[in-house]
Amino acid sequence: MQGLIIDDVTKRYGPVTAVENVSLGFDSGKMVCFLGPSGCGKTTLLRMIAGLDLPTNGRISFDGADMTSVPPHKRDIGMVFQSFALFPHLSVGENIAYGMRIRGASKAECAERTKELLELIHLPGVEDRRISQLSGGQRQRVAIARALALDPKIFLLDEPMSALDANLRESMQIELRLLQQRLGITTIVVTHDQTEAMTMADEIVVMGHANVHQVGEPQDIYKNPVNRFVADFIGTSNLLPAKMVAPDQIELHGETLKIATNTGDFAAGTEVLLLNRPEEVMVRNRGQKKPSNSIPGTVSFVRDIGATIEILVDCQGQEVISMLTPKDSPNVEAGMEVYVEMPVEACSVLAV
Amino acid sequence: MNVVRNAYLALVALFLVGPIIVISSVSFNSRNFLSFPPKGFSFRWFVEIFANEEWFSALTNSVVIAFSASLLAVAVALPVAYAAWRYGIRYAKVLLSLGIAPFILPPVIMALAFLLFFTTTGMYGWFVSVVISHTMFLLALPLVTISLGLESIDRNLIEASHTLGADDRTVFRTIILPMALPYAIAGFAFCFVLSLNEYIIALMTVGFTYETLPIKIFNAIRYGYTPVIASIAVLFLVVNVVIFGLIAIFGNLPRMLGALEE
Amino acid sequence: MSDQPSSASFGRLLTLVPPSIAIGLFFVIPFSLIVLSSVAHQLQSGDFVFGFDTAHYERFFTSIFIGRAVYSAILSFSIAVISLLIAFPFTYVLTGFSKRTRTIWLVYILAQLSLSEVLIAFSWQILFSRTAGITNLAVWLGVLDKPFSLAPSALAVLVGLVYLALPFAVLLLFPALSRLDRSLIEASQTLGASPVRTFFTVVLPVSRPALISGGVTVFVLTLGAIIVPQVLGRPGHWTLSVLITDQAIYNSNMPFASALAVILLLMSGAVIGVVGWLNRGSGK
Repeated sequence: MQGLIIDDVTKRYGPVTAVENVSLGFDSGKMVCFLGPSGCGKTTLLRMIAGLDLPTNGRISFDGADMTSVPPHKRDIGMVFQSFALFPHLSVGENIAYGMRIRGASKAECAERTKELLELIHLPGVEDRRISQLSGGQRQRVAIARALALDPKIFLLDEPMSALDANLRESMQIELRLLQQRLGITTIVVTHDQTEAMTMADEIVVMGHANVHQVGEPQDIYKNPVNRFVADFIGTSNLLPAKMVAPDQIELHGETLKIATNTGDFAAGTEVLLLNRPEEVMVRNRGQKKPSNSIPGTVSFVRDIGATIEILVDCQGQEVISMLTPKDSPNVEAGMEVYVEMPVEACSVLAV
Repeated sequence: MNVVRNAYLALVALFLVGPIIVISSVSFNSRNFLSFPPKGFSFRWFVEIFANEEWFSALTNSVVIAFSASLLAVAVALPVAYAAWRYGIRYAKVLLSLGIAPFILPPVIMALAFLLFFTTTGMYGWFVSVVISHTMFLLALPLVTISLGLESIDRNLIEASHTLGADDRTVFRTIILPMALPYAIAGFAFCFVLSLNEYIIALMTVGFTYETLPIKIFNAIRYGYTPVIASIAVLFLVVNVVIFGLIAIFGNLPRMLGALEE
Repeated sequence: MSDQPSSASFGRLLTLVPPSIAIGLFFVIPFSLIVLSSVAHQLQSGDFVFGFDTAHYERFFTSIFIGRAVYSAILSFSIAVISLLIAFPFTYVLTGFSKRTRTIWLVYILAQLSLSEVLIAFSWQILFSRTAGITNLAVWLGVLDKPFSLAPSALAVLVGLVYLALPFAVLLLFPALSRLDRSLIEASQTLGASPVRTFFTVVLPVSRPALISGGVTVFVLTLGAIIVPQVLGRPGHWTLSVLITDQAIYNSNMPFASALAVILLLMSGAVIGVVGWLNRGSGK
């Protein structure tokens, strides 16, 4: 069996369950993001893969070899910590060569590999600098180089971007993804930032409250969230309480709307949540003919931030967001009576 | 407001430093008796510390005791502080508290305890007895500084080291020891200075067999003044300032004294 | 960390064997000997045999020694109050200095704090002497007609002890005052309080735990002073610590010295305990 297998793993700290009955499997060479709010157990899961915490129950294996209770220093992993955890008493070069040195590699070998790695992370020639002389972004690169120095089987990153400022974060996401693709190393990144996960991952594991909610490719998760938690956490959603009237029809605010997908196979009469994404939703002036699949509402706020225009519409006390671009020239303002059009292909339903 | 503040500061500073200034000027006095303001200028009383056999042997005794006791104290403190910090072993925490206790109590209590112990075991007056006594009395200092140093180590560094292939022993050797070393040296220095200046415990363990400098000074005060005492006071103050100055330059003194620094 | 997979804990405990022997043999046993000795029989020869004899405690409670204990406590309490009064504003100003100035002061204060009590007593003896003391300065300034000696006296003991305690008081207050959130002071000032009012309504209450624990430490420290009361005072100014030394070394009465040491221990312990209890929850 190739790749990483997490088999029915549970972790309890006293009465608190951090991870509950999680089973996952990933192929070699993939980049996986554990995505979820803080306290959802994603870091604990990563630490169990690293061997820094032991599971209470369950097994973890790499390429068919059971790793569950192997100590971290024998696991063949490379890890980047949230704080980067660079050794302050060692130079940049000594940090990167640390793993090789304690394995008895010669000074020359270490120097050569360090040089190679510094070129890989676009920081050539900084071997002799102190860690305190580096900027946040440089520290992150050094931490990455140190973790990759021993060609580990699995590359683990715990919230690697959280210590960087916003601009740097975005460019580093792309750079890290390109680096991973170039090396073809199995990589797991823990993050609470959905944009980061969408940017980098082959596969996203959405976690909440010690459980895995959904596993899948980024676009698939975005388009077909399996429940309210995932829909809320990944991107912005309009979620409106509605009632099934037919397998492909719902009743909302007295209007009958058609839906494209009913994956839950909810029967007529079931209370459901209508789901659609703001960028699919259009706002129409009342002056025009009422479009199909629409409900009436009142514009409560227009947030025009240049690149996008967000229109918040109050529909019988519930807020519906429509996200448009200047090209759509929506021409609405707060207080205006409008129709909110939700195209059939954009509508699906979730359990309440 | 500022006038009051500065006057107050000046008064406190004068109170703190004034006696030292008087002692220094007396120590440079060229006459054979104490007078202030001093008459003449001379280093003869400093030369006397090293030239006079009695003063010099007291100085040697004090330095040997201080050095050995500090070394032993650091050696005893390191495993205790490490076990308490790294593994949170309850027994190690008990040892830590026990090790700090002697320093907190009025020193005469420990002095009496050592006097009783060494007379009972027949070791009264042995040179090693005062070394042991100073080790135990001053053990608190390296315990506290080393614990502080260890607490300043981010636990992530240890985990990072593990993920890079280091076992417990290697982590200790390559990460923990180098990072805690400045604090251990500071503990050694604190110990050294305080042992050098300690009087009552030395008196009660070896007071009638070996003279340390503080004992010799006390005896000298009782039998009459000599400006050598003033020169020793100056010498000691200079040694103290140099040692603490070095700690301040190479270590983080405000942090060691418990203030949070940026 | 207990959660981390690692080697047997036996090896970890092994490194604690030498420190355990050191602390057990050279602290716990000597310490217990004081308690045992305090109830031992004193023989005419000056030696003693272990037993259970409460005579030494009876002697304490029926002689002038109980008065000396009360005097020691009052003296130590006064020194604690005086040195905190002097040290608190000083430390407050000190924490506001630049890092460099602050460090220089800290180095000096540490150096003075470590200076042998013998040397401090000697310095003040000179300052209080007729031939080279501060009265000569007063004569030179024309304030006095002729120099005179200020020691031995109660005032000399008091000044010497405050000098001994002051560096400790400063260092004990330093951490709390440097951690003091300066925005609290700014907030108070934006609300219209003068610097003096801010000091009394914000700085002082916030520093209460440090003041109390600093006071306790200075109290215990002063209880332990041995040389200053001897050199700068008359026998009537001797504290319990001096009397213990006197009994142990010059009167060879170890059991009575031990009984006095136990009393001294209980006095220090009681103050540390009671104040710790009063201060509970307010510290960090």
